[in-house]
Amino acid sequence: MNPQTLYDKLWNSHVVRTEADGTALLYIDRHLVHEVTSPQAFEGLRMAGRKPWRISSMLAVADHNVPTSGRAQGIADPISRLQVETLDENCAALGINEFKMSDLRQGIVHVIGPEQGATLPGMTVVCGDSHTSTHGAFAALAFGIGTSEVEHVMATQCLLMKKTKSMQVLVEGALGRGVTAKDLVLAVIGKIGTAGGTGYSIEFAGSAVRGLSMEGRMTVCNMAIEAGARAGMIAADDTTIDYFKGRPFAPQGELWDKAVAYWRTLHSDFGAQFDKVVQLNAAEIRPQVTWGTSPEMVVAVDGRVPDPAQENDPVKRSSIEHSLKYMGLAPNTAMTDIKIDKVFIGSCTNSRIEDLRAAAEVARGKKVAANVKLAMVVPGSGLVKQQAEKEGLDKIFVAAGFEWREPGCSMCLAMNDDKLEPGERCASTSNRNFEGRQGQGSRTHLVSPAMAAAAAIAGHFVDVSK
Amino acid sequence: MQKFTLLDGLVAPLDRANVDTDAIIPKQFLKSIKRSGFGPNAFDEWRYLDHGEPGMDNSKRKINPDFVLNQPRYQGAQVLLTRENFGCGSSREHAPWALEDFGFRAIIAPSFADIFFNNCFKNGLLPIRLDAAVVDALFNAEAKAAGFRLKIDLEQQTITMPDGTAHRFEVEAFRKHCLLNGLDDIGLTMQHGDEVKAFEAKHRAAQPWLFK
Repeated sequence: MNPQTLYDKLWNSHVVRTEADGTALLYIDRHLVHEVTSPQAFEGLRMAGRKPWRISSMLAVADHNVPTSGRAQGIADPISRLQVETLDENCAALGINEFKMSDLRQGIVHVIGPEQGATLPGMTVVCGDSHTSTHGAFAALAFGIGTSEVEHVMATQCLLMKKTKSMQVLVEGALGRGVTAKDLVLAVIGKIGTAGGTGYSIEFAGSAVRGLSMEGRMTVCNMAIEAGARAGMIAADDTTIDYFKGRPFAPQGELWDKAVAYWRTLHSDFGAQFDKVVQLNAAEIRPQVTWGTSPEMVVAVDGRVPDPAQENDPVKRSSIEHSLKYMGLAPNTAMTDIKIDKVFIGSCTNSRIEDLRAAAEVARGKKVAANVKLAMVVPGSGLVKQQAEKEGLDKIFVAAGFEWREPGCSMCLAMNDDKLEPGERCASTSNRNFEGRQGQGSRTHLVSPAMAAAAAIAGHFVDVSK
Repeated sequence: MQKFTLLDGLVAPLDRANVDTDAIIPKQFLKSIKRSGFGPNAFDEWRYLDHGEPGMDNSKRKINPDFVLNQPRYQGAQVLLTRENFGCGSSREHAPWALEDFGFRAIIAPSFADIFFNNCFKNGLLPIRLDAAVVDALFNAEAKAAGFRLKIDLEQQTITMPDGTAHRFEVEAFRKHCLLNGLDDIGLTMQHGDEVKAFEAKHRAAQPWLFK
């Protein structure tokens, strides 16, 4: 048999049937559900008189709309409350496993899936959320879907799709001091662009990727979608397998051994061919900061805001001009001269225990700068929060002047009360710096947790590698 | 789902690359549990001068006269002409719902983000990929002629300019079939229910831990 890529293996092991034009019916193992993209799907199912195909494949949680403070009082916004209550009602009516807002296990859907072992190597994982690519870190085929597809998976346990092209992003070498998985993936996006991965599934590989923890690998795959790729993935190895030991949904005993034997096959074969290969040298990656309104608008922290006058392509030049105007930045400004108003440490990209440890390490014994109006830390789940508190990280943050919040998506997309005011500038560990993303008129700079904490302390961006 | 066969529609140009789903429909409107009514809030932050929230009477809001879709010549537009990587960002199907509810039936761009592209076909909205040079030519032709229209024929996979110049576009056979006939693809998949069951049994035997 020809050598196969990891993507080939995951794809081939889930094809139910293929149409003449290559459109396949792909079986879905895990369906994660949240409150924003599911109500219309549940309603569609009901109106057609259909039932979910396999309820045990589903795990639901409310994360986008939930408040990160004063949770005992419930959700103040009646429209947000109705959306969360609708999820509760739909799950109760159908018997779907849901972690409610008061459950210790509640959190961001892409944090809790792996944390519970509900995401496993070799699975197909879908969710009505583009950052489902996160789960590919575990050698799973995971991608975001729209609400019509959510309904399709509920009703049939399958999705109609065509196989994408394959891309290998190979990062060899060792990351420098203060350079993290977030910087690695931002550097990849800076190199290939936000449409560079469109039509591809990306496998991240190379010694720098193998050297990452599972938390770091999740950060990398999380942002595959920001490079335009629906799915990102990383081969299974000891790091992957060790992660699942003792997780509630993971297999145990004899089944564990059987599963591990299979998981060990989840890598690209030697000599497997990719449609495209992109290479980066880890040693050359510097801590990254975005300056614009697309994740590809990124530079090293010791770099400068670009000058549109230097850009020859008229479409790109106009994009840079638009972005700089929106961001209130002058060309050629040193990134370290940019002052910030707020700091957000959280999101499905960077809210896991390792992220909080990295930020706390920087904040330890320091104070948030006077010009920073709010610095908030939002753990990815109740269990991450509990672990951080066990380690005393909450006390470090609070002593430094950060707010320590309850888990949820929070200011990554500002659907709850956590948002920026017009014109406010934020150092954010999230994934999107789009116009209005963190509130109308908000200005977002994407950075790693250590870079965000350092910016909070200094009041402007600083190079944590120095 | 609404069928798409032939369209002779007014073209509105949105001359920006990387238009993301947060721009197409801002997050505050995603709190709705309905599938309709998003049109008045399509491009909300560009279209209005004030901050929009769900439940507002949009007819009383201050519109941004500089935003292209607010210009009188583009009222009633059914074809959106735009640049690279349209619809990037989130998986929110509220984006095609908002565009469709606004009145668009087709979108022309050099490239689209994958999830958005997929979501369009589920909602009777046809995304058409054309070479960047052809898209450029369409922008130029539109700028020269108020009331610029395009004829879009899905069966023939062509768009035709007023001067008769035609361009062919590609569309996957299965998606085309569903869109031409307005087919609900859940119904189509359910016809293969026995094959899904057979696959599931085999899959369960091989990896029983997936079915705990």
